[in-house]
Amino acid sequence: MGATVIEKIIRRNTGNEAAKAGDIVTVNVDRVMIHDIFIPFVADKFEEMGFTKLWDPDKVVLIYDHLVPASQVDDTRHFRRGDEFAARYGMTHVHRSDGICHQLMTEAGYVKPGNVVFGTDSHTTTYGCVGAFSSGIGYTEMASILGTGELWIKVPETIRVNINGTLPSNVTSKDIILRLIGDLGADGATYKALEFAGDTIENMSVAGRMTMSNMAIEAGAKCALFTPDEKTAEYCEIQLTDAERSLVGDEDAVYCRVMNYKAEDFVPVMACPSQVDNIKPTSELEGTEIDQVFIGSCTNGRLEDLEKAAAVLKGKKVAPFVKLIVTPASRKIYRQALANGTLKILSEAGAMITHPGCGLCCGRAGGILTDGERVVATNNRNFLGRMGTSKVEIYLASPVTAAACAAAGRIVTPE
Amino acid sequence: MGMTIAEKIIARAAGVDCVKPGDIHTVEVDRLMSNDGTTHLTIDMYNKLKNPHIADVNKLVWIVDHNVPSDSPKTAASQKKMRDFARANGITFYEGKGVCHQIMMENHVCPGELIFGADSHTCAYGALGAFGTGVGCTDYLYAMVTGHSWLLVPETLRFNLTGKLKEGVYARDLILTIIGRIGANGANYKAMEFVGEGMKTLTMSDRISICNLCVEAGAKTALMEVDDIAMDYLKAHGREPKACFKSDDDAVFAQTYDIDLGSIEPIVAKPHFVDSVVPAKECAGVKIDEAFLGSCNNGRLEDLRVGAEIIKGKKVAPHVRFLVVPASNTVYQQAMEEGLIDIFMEAGAIVMNANCSVCWGSCQGVIGKGETLISTGTRNFKGRAGHKDSFVYLGSAATVTASAIKGEITTADEI
Amino acid sequence: MEQFSGRVWLLGDDIDTDIIIPTEYLALKTVEDMKPFAFSPLRPELAGQIKEGDIIVAGKNFGCGSSREQAPEVIKALGIRCVIAKSYARIFFRNSINNGLLLIENPDLHDAVTEGETIEVAVGDHITCKGKDYPISTLPQNLLDIINAGGLVKAMRRRNGLD
Repeated sequence: MGATVIEKIIRRNTGNEAAKAGDIVTVNVDRVMIHDIFIPFVADKFEEMGFTKLWDPDKVVLIYDHLVPASQVDDTRHFRRGDEFAARYGMTHVHRSDGICHQLMTEAGYVKPGNVVFGTDSHTTTYGCVGAFSSGIGYTEMASILGTGELWIKVPETIRVNINGTLPSNVTSKDIILRLIGDLGADGATYKALEFAGDTIENMSVAGRMTMSNMAIEAGAKCALFTPDEKTAEYCEIQLTDAERSLVGDEDAVYCRVMNYKAEDFVPVMACPSQVDNIKPTSELEGTEIDQVFIGSCTNGRLEDLEKAAAVLKGKKVAPFVKLIVTPASRKIYRQALANGTLKILSEAGAMITHPGCGLCCGRAGGILTDGERVVATNNRNFLGRMGTSKVEIYLASPVTAAACAAAGRIVTPE
Repeated sequence: MGMTIAEKIIARAAGVDCVKPGDIHTVEVDRLMSNDGTTHLTIDMYNKLKNPHIADVNKLVWIVDHNVPSDSPKTAASQKKMRDFARANGITFYEGKGVCHQIMMENHVCPGELIFGADSHTCAYGALGAFGTGVGCTDYLYAMVTGHSWLLVPETLRFNLTGKLKEGVYARDLILTIIGRIGANGANYKAMEFVGEGMKTLTMSDRISICNLCVEAGAKTALMEVDDIAMDYLKAHGREPKACFKSDDDAVFAQTYDIDLGSIEPIVAKPHFVDSVVPAKECAGVKIDEAFLGSCNNGRLEDLRVGAEIIKGKKVAPHVRFLVVPASNTVYQQAMEEGLIDIFMEAGAIVMNANCSVCWGSCQGVIGKGETLISTGTRNFKGRAGHKDSFVYLGSAATVTASAIKGEITTADEI
Repeated sequence: MEQFSGRVWLLGDDIDTDIIIPTEYLALKTVEDMKPFAFSPLRPELAGQIKEGDIIVAGKNFGCGSSREQAPEVIKALGIRCVIAKSYARIFFRNSINNGLLLIENPDLHDAVTEGETIEVAVGDHITCKGKDYPISTLPQNLLDIINAGGLVKAMRRRNGLD
């Protein structure tokens, strides 16, 4: 009988050719990611557990992103603890101000198709964009992986999502994943894998896929997988092996649910306050006054996102008394956007361009709001209080929609 | 009897022919700048007035620069108060466009004007021959409501500059040397006037840097003659002077200092006082955690050029956070065009949006307990840049950049 | 069979980790420091009202959102004896097991219980509320092993020959 993509990855990883959804297996971890918020806790737990060395220092990546630049005086304690831990245990993969962890993991080549990867962050699902099984865990489990290189997991059932056809020009992969989360509900994929297929997906850039795998967690998914193809190979700067090419969901694989979409049916949508699954067509929200727009995050801070926003804003100005904050996802993206004039267009339109990092998305700095304010943002969460007080309204949207809203000063549907 | 520049501007603003030090005059204020550090307090007081009104709204310029983008709901609330008030009353308003004094120099300050700023570094405007002085909210409010204020005519200290700064020595080193010589209260209540052949060798950027820091010697204001260099700057920014003043030959100065620019060496102000200056080489070897190139003092294009030339092709020391913060969006866009931003990004710097950053210390880029910062900011008071138990050294753009590369305080000639 | 009773705090569906402990407070040094801010975006007064031995009853998808382990830790630190929800988000579920916070799943209790009332829990068997029993299941063996060891840290210490 056929297998799903996640079953194939786990079979290859464990050598257990019979592994199937529902089985509890122990996987060999190919790479782990720890970010600045949690490194002190991981370090403490690791030492409390009695480990004296890392299972493989080369497989451990430490990234400072949530606290860069530091906004509270105790933040730098996290950098010090991280630096100490890295030095003591011989870690060399440390990024201190290079951008958001999830962007760097694939961009800097730490994750390859078919890998099994864990991170101390829920949006670790992102690496499914290159066909890796990746998922978020807590710091205690991370500490145990650092010592053992292993983790038990339950092989998830898979929801297959087929999308075929051509997307309307004002629709991006963000609109697709938001719609899907709305259809599934915030817990609709809990414990499950999402698997994407269809010609719309095949024609989508890796960056576009990344937006979707990133947000799969907002439907509760354990992971979200895309079959590696030539686009993946080019992005990862590798030649695909046969094993990697074979990470396709088989015709006769067992899926707990199959969802079919026509690309032409998608429209620009927003996740309305304060649940990610509270999805409405942007056209129904038009006219709502806004105070701020945020373009960035591991969801939508990539070059093509910035380029799309710049295309909307070229020659225009951000509406008076409205702020536009642009936070590129990585140093590399920042430099690319600098080189091709994208940042210039955005800056001339009136955007504040901040250093790559999590910025406003994690709610510690980067444009915090107050009672009665409304923000349109391209990131992944609009939870109550996420960007300030509980009386801040957060609308999640694509970079195209966000840029159009910034120019208009209110919610509008992009042309 | 002749008058100094400061006296002439006050006489003009008071509508009298002649003033002398010690007189108190009622003056008409030409321009009123206020930023997000205190404007919310001014608004609170304004709202308690019996018949609140604004004498001349065209004189007001409000600038959000201190905490940009906002880092807490509290900050957001005070900025919202300012934004809403500016919007309701038609006040010229900037948000996220740069540091207030830089924005004022680029867009508003005219020679001969008397300008109140609710910020101590308002004395920077003397670089364009305007009498700029810092006031508290109460003085600000009075002038905002009446259009007038009272002013004690200050004595003037004259600094007669000759010669030329040596290669690798900057205006920043000059003004730190002067502050070290006369002390942190050496110019209390007084005006500092800079003249002499040496002025011809100083760019507008140099001049702003000098005038800006005069408040650290206690000065009420700083003033310079409006020469061709100043006129060129003014014209390039599309403005005309109100009045260009020079001190009369028989004007009386409290004291005159002759300074040979060629005698100035790279200088560092040590924690925790701006007048605690030593030759930079005496601090060589002090380990740093963070370096900051920016602020109203040294965040202009010229400063970024100095830093970029030193760091081009080199890297920031691994454990150092090197914050590069353009003083305005205009500076940022020019630095982008010249390739300076990319040089800093390639070197591993943290390039932030235009704002006050760590110079103000309650914003992004703060330092933690026991940490050391070398900064081109205006002040090194205890706790100014973050934790109360931290250390700030002040130096030129060159010294700061060189130190960022080495990871310890050093001068550019050592790199 | 372990049995206990506790006073109920009733919460809704999709109680996310940013509600349980907002990001703003994640860099506080200890979980004790974070306690006053638990649930603050939703019910700022709740953290001060919870007493040792109380029980949280919630709707579906409790703990959705981030991987922050401070979420179960802060709930435990507040003295909550167990959480009973219609369902849990998976990272939160794992984190709770690893920290020894008891999670119970039941689809019906949430709609029957009233805030402030006392309910009885017989672990692995049933909950009694307003005289009615609601059956509950046990956890898989590999998770019970971690819980029985006293959490993942203790399990690893044992593995490393420390306890």
